[in-house]
Amino acid sequence: MRTFKQELTRYYSFYTLGFVTFVVILGIAEQMGVPRLYLGYAFLAATILLYAGIGIMSRTLDVAEYYVAGRKVPALFNGMATGADWMSAASFISMAGGLYLQGFDGLAFIMGWTGGYCLVALFLAPYLRKFGQFTIPDFLGARYGGNVVRSIGILAAIIVSFVYVVAQIFGVGLITSRFTGLAFEIGVFVGLLGILVCSFLGGMKAVTWTQVAQYIILIVAYMIPVVWLSVKETGNPIPQIAYGSVMPQIAELEKKLVADPKEQEVRKILADNAKTAGEKLKAGAEKSFNADKADLQAKLVELNAAPTPDGAAIQAAEKKIASFAKDTKAYEAQLKGQVAAPGAAGRVNPAIPHGTPFVGVGKTDEDKQKSSNNKRNNFLALVFCLMVGTAALPHILMRYYTTPSVQEARVSVFWSLFFIFLLYFTAPALAVLVKFDIFTNVVGKAFADLPQWVTAWQAVDKALLSITDINKDGIVQLAEIVIGQDIIVLATPEIAGLPYVISGLVAAGGLAAALSTADGLLLTMANALSHDLYYKMINPDASTARRITISKILLLFVAIIAAYVTSLKPGDILFLVGAAFSLAASAFFPALVLGIFWKRANKPAAILGMLIGLGVTMYYMLRTYPFFTNMGVPKMDLWFAILPIGSGIFGVAAGFTVMIIVSLVTKAPAQDVQDLIEHVRYPSIKGDKMNTAGAYT
Amino acid sequence: MQLTEQHKTYWRKNLTITSILLVIWFVVTFVMAFFARELATINFFGWPLSFYMAAQGSLIIYVCIIGFYALYMRKLDVEHGVDEGANE
Repeated sequence: MRTFKQELTRYYSFYTLGFVTFVVILGIAEQMGVPRLYLGYAFLAATILLYAGIGIMSRTLDVAEYYVAGRKVPALFNGMATGADWMSAASFISMAGGLYLQGFDGLAFIMGWTGGYCLVALFLAPYLRKFGQFTIPDFLGARYGGNVVRSIGILAAIIVSFVYVVAQIFGVGLITSRFTGLAFEIGVFVGLLGILVCSFLGGMKAVTWTQVAQYIILIVAYMIPVVWLSVKETGNPIPQIAYGSVMPQIAELEKKLVADPKEQEVRKILADNAKTAGEKLKAGAEKSFNADKADLQAKLVELNAAPTPDGAAIQAAEKKIASFAKDTKAYEAQLKGQVAAPGAAGRVNPAIPHGTPFVGVGKTDEDKQKSSNNKRNNFLALVFCLMVGTAALPHILMRYYTTPSVQEARVSVFWSLFFIFLLYFTAPALAVLVKFDIFTNVVGKAFADLPQWVTAWQAVDKALLSITDINKDGIVQLAEIVIGQDIIVLATPEIAGLPYVISGLVAAGGLAAALSTADGLLLTMANALSHDLYYKMINPDASTARRITISKILLLFVAIIAAYVTSLKPGDILFLVGAAFSLAASAFFPALVLGIFWKRANKPAAILGMLIGLGVTMYYMLRTYPFFTNMGVPKMDLWFAILPIGSGIFGVAAGFTVMIIVSLVTKAPAQDVQDLIEHVRYPSIKGDKMNTAGAYT
Repeated sequence: MQLTEQHKTYWRKNLTITSILLVIWFVVTFVMAFFARELATINFFGWPLSFYMAAQGSLIIYVCIIGFYALYMRKLDVEHGVDEGANE
């Protein structure tokens, strides 16, 4: 008889083989002339049906299976599931693009989103597994005693997961609408169906097995185009090694581009435009709007009144009037756009050298040094928030309740990071290879003979890619290219010269990344409400069937609210994601770690520490993030010039300080709590009254 | 529940290895990033050293830290009789 693990390996090998066959068949269909839109539909339908199928096969009414997949997920598979749970739409689609635009400074995300697993492994996973309940508020409730701490845990888990899930559903809507032509709002709800069929029927059990399937799709989809591109650019099929030889060439090209007179000309035009736009804004948008409009009309009148009217010039002038801003508000937005040149690279300045850390800007050397130091400090703060946030996100920590033993939980963190590492290790290589392609095959080429993918993507969405001949020389300059970060991953198959079916595969991978994360998050919220709030606090006598039913209803409810909020398109994705990490870090990390490693930490300390930690982070975001300050929240100066995305650093520091001080001035926890701490510290102890298999009775 | 001397040694050793690995993690992450500008002048097979560390090197070390911890703790569990299955 085969073991469960062998059985799983067999299933997923067949599944991978089946999926590859499916892609090959679609590839053949493409060659035979099946339209692209149908290929997009085929990918969307096939993958969502697949996830639904796994959901139906894993349906369950058993409490342990519903909440923690029956605690029998082997380390390797839990690692894959965590990988998919972890890697969101932001990691899959936007991260490589972020690296393309920001160079070294973007690497904060690469380090932050991997290094956090060291904290998970060393501080949390084995101990939480030994504790072996169902949720994170469960642990806080048992360790610190009483419903107050549990309630704060529920509240924090819901805030964090909700902020994060909105970002995921946003990604789902974006991908569905781009590859099927459905409207964004409809795309959101179609994607939601894919999320719900699976988690609704089988809870954690279904989500786990779907996430393993989703991991396989997403990693295959990410790797194929990069390997191909690497072969094309360097002849070496291992992109992570190959791009080392491209780095010096990029540095050379960058130096050339900074000194190139044509580039300087374009940057000067952009700078002049920004300057005039700035002056017009200063003079008052309304006044300048009227003056500009009058100028255009006067010119038209003048042209018409000429002795021999010039037809072409008149037409051009009329066109200019027609395309002129409709009202003062649109005009003002236009000017503001010109002042801050689009594209994070700031096209007025020479592009940031890709390999150089913390490039300072400013007039004097002193200014430059100061701005460079600020960048360094923000880099460190962001890395800190992302890492500590990783070790505090409830939907990730929850996954370590599902392994069969403490040792398996430790090994499982290793596999988690390993599977995440495969993608994160590749993203910097992808960014560099694409940059090299653009430097050599787009920049310096005539507009007439640009590669085909450039023209195709320009037609799709101007925000993703647009090239305008600013200095009218017919040649592309780097400063004339505006590039959105999402395009890097989405366009790689075409840049590498692969057929459209691979683009479909990449979209399916992005969808898998977003769906799997959304699944985990929705489940976390529904569990916090049904298990912690309803069962543990409101109705402890509820039957298991009732608990699961309530959980499913809540899941549906939360999902619909989240989809509704997403369809309103609030804020930008990167900030939502960053906010989720800072909030999680400051709410949970101090209480969880001190709870395991410091017996003296007690209930009042946990209550105050969590509330103040969360409060400080929220306060800082509210007072400094433009989204809120534009809504009328009074703005304040940054603390130590740390940007709002790194606000968690203050919250975590406050949380630890408050917890330590309050614990020391109040009574030590009771004996049974001390016993619980001993219990979680050892995988097994002779004569331990608490149950090692899981439940703490 | 009664903790023996052996239990206390086990926990002390666990804290020691945890601290050592944490120091490595801290140096690789924060110290290297703090001195990134200085380290950028060193060439590492084509990459500036600080770029390589932030993009690839630190990730490899993170994976090793976690892998080493899992192996070390398995041995430690058995040596101190607290491994799962030892007390059933």
